[in-house]
Amino acid sequence: MVRERPSRSRAATAMPLCILLMLPGCAGGVLDPRGPVSAAEKLILLNSLAIMLAIVIPTIIGTLAVAWWFRASNTRARYRPSWSYSGRIELVTWSIPAMVVLLLGGIGWVGSHDLDPPKPLVSKTEPITVQVVSLDWKWLFIYPDLGIASVNRLVVPSGTPISFQLTSATVMNSFFVPQLGGQIYTMAGMTTRLHLQADRPGSYQGLSAQFSGDGFSRMRFTVDAVPDAQFARWAAQAKGGAPVLDAASYAALREPSQGLAPFTYGAVAPGLFDAIVGQKPAPPSADATASIPGKKV
Amino acid sequence: MTATTEWRDTRPPTSDPHRIGRGAGGGGGDRVTGHGAGGPADKRTVVGFGFWIFLLSDIVMFSAIFATYAVIEGATDGGPTARQLFDIDNAWVETVCLLFSSFTCGLATIAAERRSAVWTQVFLLATGLLGAVFLALELREFIDLIGRGAGPQRSAFLSGFFTLVGCHGLHVTAGLLWLGTMMAQVWTRGFKPNIARRLMCFSLFWHALDIIWVALFTIVYLFGVR
Amino acid sequence: MLGKLNWSAIPFGEPIPLVTGCVVVLVLAAVLGLITLKGWWPYLWREWITSVDHKRIGVMYCMLALVMLLRGFSDAIMMRSHLAIAAGTSQGYLPPGHYDQIFSAHGTIMIFFTAMPFVVGLMNFVVPLQLGVRDVAFPTLNSVSFWLTASGVLLTNMSLVIGEFARTGWLAYPPLSELRFSPGVGVDYYLWSLQIAGVGTLLSGINLVTTILKMRAPGMTYTRMPMFCWTALASNLLIVAAFPILTATLAMLTLDRYLGFHFFTNDGGGNAMMYINLIWAWGHPEVYILVLPVFGVFSEVISTFSGKALFGYRSMVLATMCICVLSFLVWLHHFFTMGAGADVNGFFGVMTMIIAVPTGVKIFNWLFTMYGGRVRFEVPMLWSVGFMVTFVIGGMTGVLLAVPPADFMLHNSLFLVAHFHNVIIGGVLFGAFAGYTYWFPKAFGFKLHDGLGRAAFWCWLTGFYIAFMPLYALGLMGATRRMQHYDDMNWQPLMIAAFVGALIILAGIGCQALQLVVSIRQRDRNRDLSGDPWDGRSLEWSTTSPPPPFNFAVLPDVQGEEAYWGVKQSAIEDQRLADEPEYEPIEMPRNTATGFVTAFFATVTGFALIWHIWWLVILGLVGAYAVFVIFAWREEEEYVIPADKVAAIDRERRRSREQLLAARRPA
Repeated sequence: MVRERPSRSRAATAMPLCILLMLPGCAGGVLDPRGPVSAAEKLILLNSLAIMLAIVIPTIIGTLAVAWWFRASNTRARYRPSWSYSGRIELVTWSIPAMVVLLLGGIGWVGSHDLDPPKPLVSKTEPITVQVVSLDWKWLFIYPDLGIASVNRLVVPSGTPISFQLTSATVMNSFFVPQLGGQIYTMAGMTTRLHLQADRPGSYQGLSAQFSGDGFSRMRFTVDAVPDAQFARWAAQAKGGAPVLDAASYAALREPSQGLAPFTYGAVAPGLFDAIVGQKPAPPSADATASIPGKKV
Repeated sequence: MTATTEWRDTRPPTSDPHRIGRGAGGGGGDRVTGHGAGGPADKRTVVGFGFWIFLLSDIVMFSAIFATYAVIEGATDGGPTARQLFDIDNAWVETVCLLFSSFTCGLATIAAERRSAVWTQVFLLATGLLGAVFLALELREFIDLIGRGAGPQRSAFLSGFFTLVGCHGLHVTAGLLWLGTMMAQVWTRGFKPNIARRLMCFSLFWHALDIIWVALFTIVYLFGVR
Repeated sequence: MLGKLNWSAIPFGEPIPLVTGCVVVLVLAAVLGLITLKGWWPYLWREWITSVDHKRIGVMYCMLALVMLLRGFSDAIMMRSHLAIAAGTSQGYLPPGHYDQIFSAHGTIMIFFTAMPFVVGLMNFVVPLQLGVRDVAFPTLNSVSFWLTASGVLLTNMSLVIGEFARTGWLAYPPLSELRFSPGVGVDYYLWSLQIAGVGTLLSGINLVTTILKMRAPGMTYTRMPMFCWTALASNLLIVAAFPILTATLAMLTLDRYLGFHFFTNDGGGNAMMYINLIWAWGHPEVYILVLPVFGVFSEVISTFSGKALFGYRSMVLATMCICVLSFLVWLHHFFTMGAGADVNGFFGVMTMIIAVPTGVKIFNWLFTMYGGRVRFEVPMLWSVGFMVTFVIGGMTGVLLAVPPADFMLHNSLFLVAHFHNVIIGGVLFGAFAGYTYWFPKAFGFKLHDGLGRAAFWCWLTGFYIAFMPLYALGLMGATRRMQHYDDMNWQPLMIAAFVGALIILAGIGCQALQLVVSIRQRDRNRDLSGDPWDGRSLEWSTTSPPPPFNFAVLPDVQGEEAYWGVKQSAIEDQRLADEPEYEPIEMPRNTATGFVTAFFATVTGFALIWHIWWLVILGLVGAYAVFVIFAWREEEEYVIPADKVAAIDRERRRSREQLLAARRPA
């Protein structure tokens, strides 16, 4: 646990309580990573914190100590009213934070390249592609290679990199699975990229981290990482089942709703994701005429 | 140095040179005790300086709109593009009007400095008329564009165009209102110091609009029809 | 006739806003009634509402900020109490639509109408006094600025009773704030109140920049200016450079909403990312606009109460100006998660960290200012030490968020919420309170009650830690901001702890309210007759408390750094004041209703625009133009204080100064 740090403060009474409360609560958070991305991000988080604590703790102690020692009532402290400049000390006061920032800047720069969301993960396993659409107020996950889609539940094979393409059919949202790794915005009219991986089977909470309106708090989803065989079974089961995600059912899905129970689509109209990105009302149909939402093409 | 909580009074006996924004002319004469700063600047300097800062902030606002326009210039959403829409000749005439109005504005400033009420009024009127012609041309262009289905609601590009050019147009409109008021003031009050300062600010404002227009003409029209 | 306005705008169906609205209206009516009954209107009108005196305007700014602090805090306590219960099956007591308005209003009010007026008020009051001049560069404009800010406040608070406020968060990100997703008047209230208040702030920034650069006492060179003036200069330069961006951005969103433009819409080629970039190009400098002046406050307070000059003055100036420039180069760290790419993210991350260097230097310099001093733990000093400890933590978590990969995990989480409250409460607010306590005797001639001030400090400090440390933890546990409900029951104990913290802060605010009342009632006990109650070092302490309208009978002749301290020490040693100067009549700007009337028309126009009452819009604009013309035709802009009156006032001051000299006679 890292958050004990603020207990250096004078409100020390508050902190033991907080620490006690948060220790069991860490499960499910960003400090409990279950994938390579989140593990790397956590490591950077902790390293940066440690580097800064090395300077912050002495500063806090020093502040309190100096303030206390030089209190007016302390006759042993030497009063030097005219001492207000020292080139050497100033050199130190500029260089200490500068050096810390040099170190941290390196970490930030390298980390930002290593963990750039569009950068594919290094893995022997072939990644699977998932297209994510944020809607009011639910998540649509399209598996373009499998021709199926799922709402509010993302099922992925564990140990396999997942390559996300994300967009929004509505306002901006942020796709975030704290235990698997960093978030990325979903925005209408464009595609963002993200690569994650779940190392082990398990169920992880996902959410929108960007406020998107009244149903925002309920815009949660589950990520179920399952072994390969189970994933194949799940996909096969979904495949061909009802309903089918086409222009009409997409238009229905687009209507604002909250707390939708997860379900799957047995088939997905080809090009649906691109049509959503292109702000077209529906995927291109055979006769290529513009279709109106809600109208069957 | 006399050691006191008080400060020596070495000012001329007749007036208060440090009343707000007045006085020492920035120089401070023998009262200068620091490294050259001699007390509050005179009111003309203060007003001019403050107005400059305002103009700079206005230019910052325009640059935000310019930046936006640069980003969305290509976002025509399948609608008409800059090359298809803009009439460069009209823009040239507008430019000439505005530049010439700046010139007459400068003449008005010179006339005002010579305390010639008639010539000041004449040149201010000329400035206003040229500004009005500019506005009329701009308005005509807007109406024409909207009539051709290229109004600001058509695409992000046109939204940006109408906002950028329109914002400049609004400034010119405000300038004309100010100009009219100013002319009435010069007429009724003559060249009192406060009126003279306002005239100075007005001419600064009018020249600034010119500078913005030059940037606008270049970026929107000249680059647009390339 | 009335545009979109009709009876359905009054929230008859929603008890919380209705009751709150009724109470506010009743309290307001009671206050106005009391003023009428007591016949205070002429006094208020003459001495305050139409005043162009920078001191009065500064005081009014601070009063406005304190009142809005109550409003913003009541939003906070509603959110904290709601989240303490809205776990699992419980839905809390605030439906999403209402909760969304509350957090949006909380952010908007706390930043624009609490923090901003507070620092602007302090700058207004202190800067001319510290520079040794009689007023700001443009006194009437100053009054206009204040009343425009008040107009924004009024409009925002009207939304409580008439219509609704934005449900978009305090920065109203599109496309959520576009007409398609926010069809109500909430975002319009947001846009117009910020636009009007923003113009006020911009004008105030222009005013203070001009004042500091062009109007200083003789001998007050740049490197002799008190630190507070430097930070005020930096802050106001930022206002001049950043607020126009806000104006443009809000105007573009307004055009989208009112005239169907396509700047930030999903359709028509609009691009919401542009808004986010623009709003943060203003928004990040805004953070430093708020925090730089309070850095100045701390510099003054720590140096005064340590009985020493500020350590490393030139370093401090350099650090301030570094922050001023760098603050424009970091805005993208607010959205690393937009996917701009590794190089862009890396660059802005590193730039953000670089800002920590001058900030760190400041902390060290304050530390070394205390070193070798005689630290008196008066209330302003308590706030300052509390700040140094708290702010270091907030700064650290800020740098943590500037590391892009770490930000991917913490962006928009409660960790972020904890971070910016850590710097805004622990920095800006503590600094504002330090300044409030420090300069209160200068403004009113008596000190604030000491015991209650201490109690308020300790409540705020402990309350802050108990309220926000749990939020850090919750952020790490995956809790995001702006959620109205959560399922994870593990979060609830921390949410309850945060609520308890908010209650302790409430106690602190209670102490402050009581402190003000008690201090006014016991003012004779805490009178400051000397004008120099804290043994100060800069020029504001050389005049009386409260200062006369003209501040200084004779402008100070500045002979060195710490303009007042040096001459004070020599005078105490010699036990004599300088010879009485020859007094001159002083010209001061006349009071004017221009500011008030302008703001009245701004409010009318704003309200009409929000509700689409077009005829009223035209009426308001015509009225505003008429005010402009009438103001321009004013015959007499100044009045003269005769020399004998100046002499009488100043001789009074000299008498109290002589007593001060005697009292501080060296042993």
